[in-house]
Amino acid sequence: MSNTYFEVLRPGINTTIQDSGRNHMYHEGITVSGAIDQRNYKLSNKLANNDLNEAVIEFAYQGPLLKLKNNKINFSITGDVIFKIVRKNLNVEDGRCYKNYILEEEEQLDIISTKNTAYGYLSVNGGFQIEKLWNSYSINTKANIGPNNGKKYSIEDKIFIKDSNLQKIKEIKLNYSQLSDNIIRVIKGTNFDYFSTEAQHKFFNQEFSVTKLADRMGIRLSGHKLENFVSTNIKSEGLVRGVVQVPADGNPIIMLSDHGTIGGYPKIGVVISADLDRVGQLTPGSTVNFKEVSLEEAQNIFKAYTDDTNKYLNECN
Amino acid sequence: MIKNISNLGDAAVYCDFGLEVNDTINSNVIDYFDHLSKLVKEEKIKGITNLTPSYNKLIVSFDLNLTNYKETKDLIENLIIQKNIKKNNKKIKIPVCCEKEYGLDFERLNSRLNVNEDEILKLFFSKEYFCYMTGFIAGMPFLGDLNEKIKCDRLETPRVKVPKGSVGITEQFANIYTLESPGGWNIIGNTPLKVFDEMNLVEPSLIKPGNKVSFYQISKEEYLNWNE
Repeated sequence: MSNTYFEVLRPGINTTIQDSGRNHMYHEGITVSGAIDQRNYKLSNKLANNDLNEAVIEFAYQGPLLKLKNNKINFSITGDVIFKIVRKNLNVEDGRCYKNYILEEEEQLDIISTKNTAYGYLSVNGGFQIEKLWNSYSINTKANIGPNNGKKYSIEDKIFIKDSNLQKIKEIKLNYSQLSDNIIRVIKGTNFDYFSTEAQHKFFNQEFSVTKLADRMGIRLSGHKLENFVSTNIKSEGLVRGVVQVPADGNPIIMLSDHGTIGGYPKIGVVISADLDRVGQLTPGSTVNFKEVSLEEAQNIFKAYTDDTNKYLNECN
Repeated sequence: MIKNISNLGDAAVYCDFGLEVNDTINSNVIDYFDHLSKLVKEEKIKGITNLTPSYNKLIVSFDLNLTNYKETKDLIENLIIQKNIKKNNKKIKIPVCCEKEYGLDFERLNSRLNVNEDEILKLFFSKEYFCYMTGFIAGMPFLGDLNEKIKCDRLETPRVKVPKGSVGITEQFANIYTLESPGGWNIIGNTPLKVFDEMNLVEPSLIKPGNKVSFYQISKEEYLNWNE
């Protein structure tokens, strides 16, 4: 048992443990969870010399202030994040994302905030000392599933870190800049025909705003009301990440990692897999435009996205 | 038995079994679900990450790194499904306390349905229900069909918090809130039984699609002293 841990001095807005997600549980009503931005999640692990599927800390907007106890560690932070390292001599160092650092015992890591995106990732070499539940480390705060009794971290919590051999770790840096692009590509949904021609046209040609109702479950948009002339309810059926549902009020909702497993609103579209990282990073007040792509195009874009991710992962070597 | 297969985005297959909600169509959904689950468990097929049965649909999610729509669709279309002759006839009995503090919506139901509380309870407790699906929140069962006389719309404004254990009815269905959650169903009582158990690593949900469920009434004293 390791005795190394982070003491949480400030929890931040929504600080949880995440990984690649929890599969094979939709039929029990348990959603996938997992890091909202899977590319940044993997990069944080790579930079901290971890297996790509290791558990990391995900934070949203304001991040945590953590004090390290009992040993030194190697860590990395990814995303569009402002953070500082408070050294033992009280020197405050500006942190840089996409680079690994040594943090000494009693030093502090102050993750001040994300900039133009919602989520950032903190990976520690060796990972955290936590248990998997149904084959995943992810915390689902709505159902209280996963480590820390399924709750987000609070002040004075201790987050235990596994022992690791820091001798073997080399310094790694990566030149990566977070893409901020508000064009999100979607495939027509299974209920696309429920919407008026005008609504179909608006969906792909007009801008929508991200409202304050945005969290790990989903993002509610506002803009031009999307008129439905068939039915505003369907027989409840399964959902997946990226589904864009439109309830009776005509405002679209995009499903993210902690979405309910089934829902009864018509599906106007589904965000393509390659754009899920970016859509999840949208912040309240920003805007989004949807662009239609075919299934075949989506598959090609996904291939390019995967090649790109692998290219960055390889640059970390 | 599948009426129509299409793609739901680039990483899921959407299998439509027909328009209606009835136990014949739902049994077909469950037969496919059981068959595919078995193949996934035995690692006979690759890339499938989730199977989500509902009233009349089955959604098959896959990992786009390992497979694609066409491969998964072909696989589903070529399955030879054996009708589940030995039905999953597990029967579950759920205790419910309908005292005032647990049955939150009798007034609304009385005025909407023109049926008094005793009659609502008599009709509710006298039927055996069928579990169409489990989901929305962890372990929540969707049970049907209610007696015609107690079919009622959901609340105009959903509650922000429905207490854990609440038993709700809406349209032809009944459900159980396994966790505290937002929700718009008409609440008629509360069960002390653990319907979702996160400590049970193998089968956290007590009620699964295809199961038969009946309810019985308990007193407040029995509710408060309930011991599983």
